[in-house]
Amino acid sequence: MAKHHVSATVNGDAVEFLCESEQTLLDCLRDELDLTGAKEGCSSGDCGACSVMVDGRLVCSCLVLGVEASGKSIETIEGLSDGEKLHPLQQKFLEHAALQCGICTPGFLVASKALLEKHPNPTETEIRYWLAGNLCRCTGYDKIIRAVIDAAAEMRGA
Amino acid sequence: MQERVKKDPEREFRVVGTRPIRPDGADKVTGRAKFGADFKMAGQLVGKVLRSPHAHARIKGIDVSKAAVLPGVKAIVTRDDFKDQGSEFVPAGEMLVNYRDVVRNVLAREKALFEGHPIAAVAATSEKIAREALRLIKVDYEVLPHVLDAVEAMKPDAPVLHEDMITAGVTPPPTKASNVAKRIEFVMGDIQKGFKDADVIVEREFNTKPVHQGYIEPHAVVASVSEDGSAEVWVTTQGHWIVRAHCARLLGWDISKIRVTASEIGGGFGGKTVVYLEPLALALSKKARKPVKMVMNREEVFRASGPTSGANIWVKIGAKKDGRIVAGEAILKYQAGAFQGSPVQPGCMCAFAPYDLENVKVVGYDVVTNRPKVAAYRAPGGPISEYAVESVVDEIAEQLGLDPIEMRLKNAAKEGTKAAYGPKFGPIGLVEGLEAAKGSPHWNAPLGKNQGRGIAAGFWFNIGGETTVSLQLNEDGTLSLMAGTPDVGGLRASLSMMAAEELGVDVAKVRPIIADTSSLGYNFLTGGSRSTFSSGMATVEAARAMIKEACVRASKLWEIPLDAVTWEDGKVRPAGDNAGKHEAMDLGDIAKIAGKTGGPIVGYSAITAHGAAPSFGVHIADAEVDPETGKTTITRYTVIQDAGKAVHPAYVEGQFQGGAAQGIGWALNEEYIYDDNGRLENPGFLDYRMPVASDLPMIDTIIVEVPNPRHPYGVRGVGETPIVPPMAAIAAAVKRASGVRFFELPMSPPKILAGMKAVKANGGAKATT
Ligand code: FES
Ligand code: FES
Repeated sequence: MAKHHVSATVNGDAVEFLCESEQTLLDCLRDELDLTGAKEGCSSGDCGACSVMVDGRLVCSCLVLGVEASGKSIETIEGLSDGEKLHPLQQKFLEHAALQCGICTPGFLVASKALLEKHPNPTETEIRYWLAGNLCRCTGYDKIIRAVIDAAAEMRGA
Repeated sequence: MQERVKKDPEREFRVVGTRPIRPDGADKVTGRAKFGADFKMAGQLVGKVLRSPHAHARIKGIDVSKAAVLPGVKAIVTRDDFKDQGSEFVPAGEMLVNYRDVVRNVLAREKALFEGHPIAAVAATSEKIAREALRLIKVDYEVLPHVLDAVEAMKPDAPVLHEDMITAGVTPPPTKASNVAKRIEFVMGDIQKGFKDADVIVEREFNTKPVHQGYIEPHAVVASVSEDGSAEVWVTTQGHWIVRAHCARLLGWDISKIRVTASEIGGGFGGKTVVYLEPLALALSKKARKPVKMVMNREEVFRASGPTSGANIWVKIGAKKDGRIVAGEAILKYQAGAFQGSPVQPGCMCAFAPYDLENVKVVGYDVVTNRPKVAAYRAPGGPISEYAVESVVDEIAEQLGLDPIEMRLKNAAKEGTKAAYGPKFGPIGLVEGLEAAKGSPHWNAPLGKNQGRGIAAGFWFNIGGETTVSLQLNEDGTLSLMAGTPDVGGLRASLSMMAAEELGVDVAKVRPIIADTSSLGYNFLTGGSRSTFSSGMATVEAARAMIKEACVRASKLWEIPLDAVTWEDGKVRPAGDNAGKHEAMDLGDIAKIAGKTGGPIVGYSAITAHGAAPSFGVHIADAEVDPETGKTTITRYTVIQDAGKAVHPAYVEGQFQGGAAQGIGWALNEEYIYDDNGRLENPGFLDYRMPVASDLPMIDTIIVEVPNPRHPYGVRGVGETPIVPPMAAIAAAVKRASGVRFFELPMSPPKILAGMKAVKANGGAKATT
């Protein structure tokens, strides 16, 4: 069967790509658009390493088909910083040493940003439950949670 | 809460001990860092593996004829493409490898020995075609009875995996093949006499399940073999020199032909110290004459890589009324998976290591079973045996009415203690750790309803090994640092800090990279908690070599003798009679005169790092057990551990916290579940339940610093010890919270509920399994 032609917006840029029916959005981002910031940890929606925003909603891109991205606006880790200036979450992850291997980091950052857009002042428990869909095997989450709390405070101007 | 307890007030550091932002950080928070699966080459093919659906089966034939003619299929490899290897153990650092087994683990030969065992591999122009090709390969299996459990596998009538396996370490050698690869024994003193002197003896049997390392990044490799036979490999690994050695051996190629580059690595924990896909990708690429990329999916990771052993452990300890242990005995039976080589030996050596004992006997059995061959997992073997020993120590303390910290202080190993496995300890920080635990806010905090508190100690050896580091002084005075131990969690940060410390430069002036196997001398892998220790030692030596050379150059320029030149505060200075006669020069000045005083300046260190020192840890866990559901929640947790010297304390804390979290998963949730046919039923993150953020509390840390006298900065490895104490600490906490002592991991809700019911029915605090 012929491939599908998909037009979408990724990190503000208009993109077009061809994809097979069964290719996931994650496959399309990584293999067709060379945006490898979103990672595949499981392809079953259990690890969150592939987290992206689709029309303002946090999703696991391994659970979305590439064709479903048609006409949608997608935001990935590659669009998080503002030019040379890191997003406060990125900066705080670095300052708090909230990453060891860093494979989970893009997913945590995208998910944390989605949280702070909804809840600028979350409690530790709220952060832990919001991020419960993102697995990290290295850090024990302690420094990740602290980084998010600190970034939230900075973003609130506190 | 993060604290530090220091024992070495003399030495003042400028950079070491601070918390700069890691040099590879920006790429990792922006999605630019290239991990295993992120690399691609023009024209690459997709490689896929056909795996055995059976736990144990003879392979009578493999017919690839249909797959081979499928359009888009460019190469297929089976057992016929790999020469058999004789049985010969070759040292590979911490573990021995037997290439007879490595070649069979990569592709099954006579038999499939576990569900997921690779049978064939295909390279095709697309993923879809590769998958279709796998479907077209016909394998003729004769299914055999299988065995999964070590105790079952040791029975005389158990199905035998390897018809030629004769148990080693038994005299006279058995005449019949069995699943027991090896028996080992460590004996010290006289345990019979010890037990006779004891006032109290506790004897228990424990069972643990295999658990997976659980790295979030699956195995991935790109291999490209060119027409002249030279090969490039790009791979996620803890040791690219090891990948090179194994691939060269299995393929019969010269080592110099293979150049391996380590990608960023998305977690390993020991699981990425072996080869799975790499030899297949190379063989496929050679046949297809194109680059081949292979990536495992999560199911394949669970079915065919890792895990660590499940085990059966029996422990008997005798003590005097005052808590002094007079005898310790243990029998350990570890599953090795399909091929021999479980970590039972280190398990035996660790079992009683935290204690200063006169009478010890430990016997271990390495048992093959129809499961994936175990791989190293953080302190391989230690967590299992120490879980059992520490649990019995806790029970004895309880029986004697002693505080569990006091009981351990009474027996704690210290400088000069002779460990049961042989050596005498140098300066170690166990007593300091126990004292820090005793004085910690956590130990002294009140507990809530249904909560209990447990404590346990843990030990890991740590290793050194072959290491090369090259430090180049660039024309502008900045420095390029090449190391060869893959950076799993902040290594580049700590190496650049050590170089900066030694050279008196700003840490931002040192740019560290992990070099490929053709650009730097040999490096053993990242494992055994060796990377900061060994590569750090080599970095300091390389920096010192550079300083020496800087002095030579200055003496040439100033035309004064070398001994009239000194290095002080990051500068070369004229000394003695010449003091003050010339302007002191920093490395930037030296860089400018390098060309005319003898050429480029490189500090180089190629060493076998000796003097790795063990690290002891003490963990405190609070558990809350829900009496309705049996669910255990860890409500508070503190890790106390000797780091020798914490180079970058944030990443030391990270190791403590991450190891504790893995241990919490091991204690409460994680296990492999097999059906009656020996097929894994939970090969995914939904059903193999690793801790998520909402499962855990903050994890407090106390870094103890008892310097390692054999490292220039006092560093000890810290990465592995943190996974040793959690299981026993949590079991002790669960006992106090629920009234039930459990002797089996994981302590999952149904087991806890059943245990609590049984105790209620018995009307007392009877132990259960
Ligand atoms: S890869 Fe999408 S959730 Fe794991
Ligand atoms: S930092 Fe390695 S998985 Fe999170």
